[in-house]
Amino acid sequence: MLQLGIKDLAKYPFLAETGEYLRDKGFNLDQLGHPDWKPIVEKAYGRIVVATTGQIYGSDLGKLENLDSEILSFIIAIILLKSAGIPTLIRRFSLAEARRAEKYLEQDLRSKDDERKLDFPLKIIQDLFSVKVTIQGNDFVIKVADYLRRAVHFHEREWKLVNRKVENGLVFLTSHETVRLIRKELAAYINSKIQSTNTLSVPETFRERVADLVTLAKKFSDTFTVSTEYPPCIKHAIEVLDRGENLPHSGRFMLATYLLAKGQTIDQIAPLFKNAPDYNERVTRYQIEHIAGTSGQRTKYSCPSCDKLKSENLCFEIPECNGIINPVQFGKKRVTNA
Amino acid sequence: MLEKNMKFVEEVFKEYYFNNFELIHVPPRTSEREFGYQKFSAGMTRHLLIKNDKELHLLLMTQIPSDVYCSNAYYSFPNLSMSEKNWKEADLIFDIDAKDLMLDCRKKHTCFKCNSCQNISVQQVTCSKCGSDKFETLSVTCQNCILESKKEVKKLVEVLTEDLGIKKEEIQIYFSGNEGFHIYVTNTEYQNLDSRERADLADYIMFNGIIPETLGMSKQNNSKLSLPDKEERGWRGRFAKEIFGSKSKRPKIIQEILSCGYSLFQARLEEMKHTIGVRIDPKVTMDVHRIFRLGGSINSKSGLTKVLCRDLESFDPFSDACLLDDEKVEILANCPLSFELKNKKYGPYANETISIPKYAAVYMICKGLANITG
Repeated sequence: MLQLGIKDLAKYPFLAETGEYLRDKGFNLDQLGHPDWKPIVEKAYGRIVVATTGQIYGSDLGKLENLDSEILSFIIAIILLKSAGIPTLIRRFSLAEARRAEKYLEQDLRSKDDERKLDFPLKIIQDLFSVKVTIQGNDFVIKVADYLRRAVHFHEREWKLVNRKVENGLVFLTSHETVRLIRKELAAYINSKIQSTNTLSVPETFRERVADLVTLAKKFSDTFTVSTEYPPCIKHAIEVLDRGENLPHSGRFMLATYLLAKGQTIDQIAPLFKNAPDYNERVTRYQIEHIAGTSGQRTKYSCPSCDKLKSENLCFEIPECNGIINPVQFGKKRVTNA
Repeated sequence: MLEKNMKFVEEVFKEYYFNNFELIHVPPRTSEREFGYQKFSAGMTRHLLIKNDKELHLLLMTQIPSDVYCSNAYYSFPNLSMSEKNWKEADLIFDIDAKDLMLDCRKKHTCFKCNSCQNISVQQVTCSKCGSDKFETLSVTCQNCILESKKEVKKLVEVLTEDLGIKKEEIQIYFSGNEGFHIYVTNTEYQNLDSRERADLADYIMFNGIIPETLGMSKQNNSKLSLPDKEERGWRGRFAKEIFGSKSKRPKIIQEILSCGYSLFQARLEEMKHTIGVRIDPKVTMDVHRIFRLGGSINSKSGLTKVLCRDLESFDPFSDACLLDDEKVEILANCPLSFELKNKKYGPYANETISIPKYAAVYMICKGLANITG
């Protein structure tokens, strides 16, 4: 168990120790429902609104009396969110709070001269996410396997292992990179905290803000416009087949899964392969049916990610790809009401 | 494969397995692995559970497979369908194949078989016999292919041990039984990695996806170019060794890199994938459900055995993996290429009936370069 001060809890209010602290101080839900606590409810609501805009909620940890309100506003915010029950809001809040905590974790990691301070963020990372971070010189190091499990979810090239300093099975990171690496898990952890919150007896004074959250969420109903243009990887695959050249199995798989995802039928897709040097109509149809999940194990396969296609030398990225992570997203433009 | 060839090779394989049970064993944690096999005349049979050597030997005798496979993955229920197997973990595997190394020697030992009339020629042009333009590529392997493949294996072992912290005793190197090597890494922290994570690991090993910034070059402000030193470890050190040569050349080369700029530097890194990167087949490494040729079994593409290389340096696949006997066999050989087995040179043969040792006959038949007579 970590030995935490109130300031630590204000920075990381999602820790299990927060509940203990509140119980020790004698706070309970009924009490928070009293009109005197209205400002904290408003602060909690504000904390959610800021998160929904994609910004990080700024906390003032300067004064001791603010620390309690920091902790309580987080607790009330998760009650409001659970009561409203809108996954998009919960997701956005979890991510924003993860990024807020990330900021503090980074600050704490930087204070290398204060051993207790440093020990604390490393222990949070180890306790919550089972990642052992140690220090070598000015760097933070983690095992390659632990790194890969997290870094593969990032699409920026600098996170690829080849762009990291790697020695003896360890990856070397800065404090910023270390906390960035666990952001997603931190968000998932906060999300799980919200999901497990008990909202059986939500105070009446919270109801109005819960209703406001439901209204707020309506703004996030996105619509998309989709162009009919094929992404360059798919164009390339079709061209290779048109020329009667051999498209590797992975390329054929990509083409079939892409076209299936775009709603084409097996009858429409199968003829595309007729120029392949080893074309056999029966085999082709069997394989597409298998990929579509209409035969065999009934597993419907998805189009491989851009990352995977890069590894297989099937990616021919152009500026219009615009940071997409899967070919099926190509040409999709978000028209948001927010 | 022609029926008569199939019968002959099947008989040879059966005899080999019968006489060499001591060479072919189930791997550790057998009951957690999926087995599979192929017959000369049928497709793949997989999702098999084999519990011990006895069961494996029985399968070899009753089915006489052309190829035998075993998963590198461990499952709770290896004999159920893929979605029900319950994947637990998988050894890391790497495939280095001379065919992927784009070696100059290949054109000397590659020929083409017309898909329509089976005519064999050394040049891929319109078939001189029937005019067809569809060919099957056939090749034999030479000492240079093996030498170059070994170099890749050594590069791989260096990256695995120095960068990825894998102990040498956890690495096993097998000759694949045809044109390259299969490398296994067992009992490491990498066992649990999924396919996507293995893909990034493969990219690391291949020096694929490196950005100039990693090596100290940026799009703007390169006045303080901080390219790596040869003493550095990992890819930065290997890059420096490759590019700088002797110390005195360093300032000149840095100047040259600066004047060429970012894009050319990037293009140069792309080319270096083929020199300093390890040329593994990434599809094999990222596949966590693969069944991989079983050690000790014969590869039906060559008649050579997939064998463990205890000393890579001295290993000679053309002797050490050529385990069929030398009883004389008569074949009709149409093999415009020459090759070496058990320190003896064979070929070329221009559609001639010859009597040669069984291992060489099987080699040519498996390669599609000969037919059994009679």
